Amino acid sequence: MSKKIGDVVLDLQNISLRFGGVKALTDISFDVREHEVRAIIGPNGAGKSSMLNVINGVYHPQDGKIFFHGQERKQMDPHLAAAQGISRTFQNIALFKGMSVLDNIMTGRTLKMKSNLLLQAIWWGPARNEEIAHRKKVEEIIDFLEIQHIRKTPVGRLPYGLQKRVDLGRALAMEPKILLLDEPMAGMNVEEKQDMCRFILDVNDQFGTTIVLIEHDMGVVMDISDRVVVLDYGKKIGDGLPDEVRSSPEVIKAYLGAGH
Amino acid sequence: MAFFLETLIGGLMAGMLYSLVALGFVLIYKASGVFNFAQGAMVLFAALAMARFSEWFNAALGGDSLLVANILAFIAAGGVMFVVAWVIERLALRNLVNQEGATLLMATLGITYVLEGVGQTIFGSEIYNIDVGMPKDPVMMFENVFEGGILINKEDFIAALVAACLVAALSIFFQKTSTGRALRAVADDHQAALSIGIPLNRIWVIVWCVAGVVALVAGIIWGSKLGVQFSLATVALRALPVVILGGLTSVPGAIIGGLIIGVGEKLSEVFLGPYVGGGIEIWFAYMLALVFLLFRPQGLFGEKIIDRV
Amino acid sequence: MIYRENGQFKTSYGADQQIFPIAQDRWAVIAIIAFAFVGVPLLADEYMFRAILIPFLILSLAALGVNLLVGYCGQITLGAGAFMAIGAYAAYNFLIRVDGMPLLAALLLGGLTSAAMGIIFGIPSLRVRGLYLAVATLAAQFFWDWAFLRIKWFTNDSSSGSVSVSNLDFFGWNVDAPAEKYLFCLGMLVVFGFLAKNLTRASIGRQWMAIRDMDVAAEVIGIRPMWAKLSAFAVSSFFVGVAGAMWGFVHLGSWEPAAFSVDRSFQLLFMVIIGGLGSIVGSFFGAAFIVVLPIFLNQFLPVLGRLVGISISTAAVSHAELIIFGALIVFFLIVEPHGLARLWATSKEKLRLWPFPH
Repeated sequence: MSKKIGDVVLDLQNISLRFGGVKALTDISFDVREHEVRAIIGPNGAGKSSMLNVINGVYHPQDGKIFFHGQERKQMDPHLAAAQGISRTFQNIALFKGMSVLDNIMTGRTLKMKSNLLLQAIWWGPARNEEIAHRKKVEEIIDFLEIQHIRKTPVGRLPYGLQKRVDLGRALAMEPKILLLDEPMAGMNVEEKQDMCRFILDVNDQFGTTIVLIEHDMGVVMDISDRVVVLDYGKKIGDGLPDEVRSSPEVIKAYLGAGH
Repeated sequence: MAFFLETLIGGLMAGMLYSLVALGFVLIYKASGVFNFAQGAMVLFAALAMARFSEWFNAALGGDSLLVANILAFIAAGGVMFVVAWVIERLALRNLVNQEGATLLMATLGITYVLEGVGQTIFGSEIYNIDVGMPKDPVMMFENVFEGGILINKEDFIAALVAACLVAALSIFFQKTSTGRALRAVADDHQAALSIGIPLNRIWVIVWCVAGVVALVAGIIWGSKLGVQFSLATVALRALPVVILGGLTSVPGAIIGGLIIGVGEKLSEVFLGPYVGGGIEIWFAYMLALVFLLFRPQGLFGEKIIDRV
Repeated sequence: MIYRENGQFKTSYGADQQIFPIAQDRWAVIAIIAFAFVGVPLLADEYMFRAILIPFLILSLAALGVNLLVGYCGQITLGAGAFMAIGAYAAYNFLIRVDGMPLLAALLLGGLTSAAMGIIFGIPSLRVRGLYLAVATLAAQFFWDWAFLRIKWFTNDSSSGSVSVSNLDFFGWNVDAPAEKYLFCLGMLVVFGFLAKNLTRASIGRQWMAIRDMDVAAEVIGIRPMWAKLSAFAVSSFFVGVAGAMWGFVHLGSWEPAAFSVDRSFQLLFMVIIGGLGSIVGSFFGAAFIVVLPIFLNQFLPVLGRLVGISISTAAVSHAELIIFGALIVFFLIVEPHGLARLWATSKEKLRLWPFPH
């Protein structure tokens, strides 16, 4: 692979997050470089999802600093993080169940749609043109993800694998700079996993999107990620290239237990 | 000073009655996650049943033993509330398991209408009296503390006593009996409770029955004070802010919330009302609840809700 | 065999995104509207206009507003009656206090006032949801009930507490006869129905639905919850406020606060549930159902009673009405949470595939 990994875009320093007395994350630092695929791995309850939630503003860490493009970021709500170009998918799919696939992906364009409420109400001029222009963009994403045949189906009726794909489509519709993927392949069969891997690598390759992903399937993680960070009980126990991490004694201990 | 205290005590008494209705809300919410809008209609239904049964038994017994007639009527009305609980569980709730809170709320609104219609069809829609022999005459108290003393209704006093006993009994029921434990388990997690063999449907019937009995007691007290009529059903609307204030899952919250609202209403009506044209007690409680919603959504004693992503 | 979309190919996204993508639907709707404007005034008598058609049209408009909030944005309200009242009293005050205020402007200003109040009473929705929000909206209901009863300024110091509006003048057209009132209401409903449909298929409508379906995910993809929720409250209250003003001005003529009590709020909510949450056409179905059912029961139950030999009093009919309404609510929530609109959509789908269902 001949891709250019750029500068650090996201730098997390000494992040700590507590829920009451429970320490979800303790003093975690790592960075994400432009165009790379960065994986976060770790056993259940290691704090991986919490980490993503910190990055896109759902949770506010008590300590630590987040630098985004070199600028220190204040505590922000998720929609502001979205406006800065951070989008994500969810572990247990969080699609809008009452809406069609098309509408779900169209919601991803919300930030880019500017026409005001009155124009929308009369469906005229700029509002109509905008709607059609964004529809065009969304159709490109639909083509990319190969879900043309279900574009008007309510998402609630779709099988799991396709829902995951729509979830990815919605995140892509934002044209994010950083894409956070929370277990994009959980519960999939081998073919679905292969498809999903292909989409992720294509996104990374074609659009140059930086990807941070949580995944349990080690094979997948080792194959597609550029660098890996390992969490255990809310602490960082490893960080580096896939091969380095795989051979780190501490990581092996966390995964297989002390006896090995 | 004496006037202030009189208002205060009047408010406490009214608050006690709100608490009783609010208690019904809390019981059902705790055990099934249903916000039972129909609690007011259940109060009306129970009071109507009580009033008419007492009338009929009294007539059947020749009118010379009010006490016996009342006891029989209480049992009969209790039985009716049991049937109501069973029917509600069977026809409505069982089919709405795992629905969202808002859906369940709307369903209980529907149940409210049905109960109001059925109650009035069976028992009639005039104004009835419940006479359980509560003394109506007021007594003077604290005459040696204040000049003129304070006027208190004996009836209010007994009502407060009954309410306190009911709360104590319910607390024991919830904390000490195995059924109470099962109820709390169901409240925590339906599925987990089901998987360890707690019969969900039976538990719901039980809790609705208990709520029915609470409604009956509230209905008797309100009814004997104000007469049984359609407006009793609107007491649910008066008790709503109480549960918001106290927290939806807290029995003590219902009691204390009721007292606060009762006192707040009376004091605001007496001391604030004249400046704005009176009649403010209806929305005052709601505004109080609204303030709470903005600053402490879980209420005074409720559990904090944490969203997980 | 007639209801087919064969051969109707869309060649642009614009064509694919129109309100009725199937040509037969388009023609049917145009035919219905044309019939409502031309045919109905020729056929209906005064009773039909006063008791059924005008209430149906105005309550449809109100239900539309409630549906935008409850059905599309998922924010439950038990205070819609109060916003009808705000619309009515605000429009009344604009009309009598400002010289030469045109009728339409007064109605719209009533709606705007209601929208502003909707935003204020919608603020709790940023913190709480579900039944907590229902309580907050009830607060609006009881507060405004009280305000319009006790604060004399709103009723222009009228001694009886009721206010009245006469001589409805719509740009020189004196809306007076029942048929004229009907046409006026119909015109308003068609315009507002069109606006509502557009909103729900545009970006803002998608934002509302996203908040309804999964609010955390909505925020993560960049939807501002405050903007989405408060705009839903504002637009919904605007619709409901205009409907309230029309209810007062056109239907009642003179009214008291009781016309917009909490029962009205419940009624509007029921319309939306029975008609179909999150469906424009459902709002019309629900309104029609709730307007027609009591009239039907009043006519039908006594006749039925006579057949089996018992006389049914008016009280009994009103109790039966309560029972039937309540039972229907529960029934719809259990069996068809999407209401009559879903039944309609299903039957249309069946018709499209008929006679080969697969």
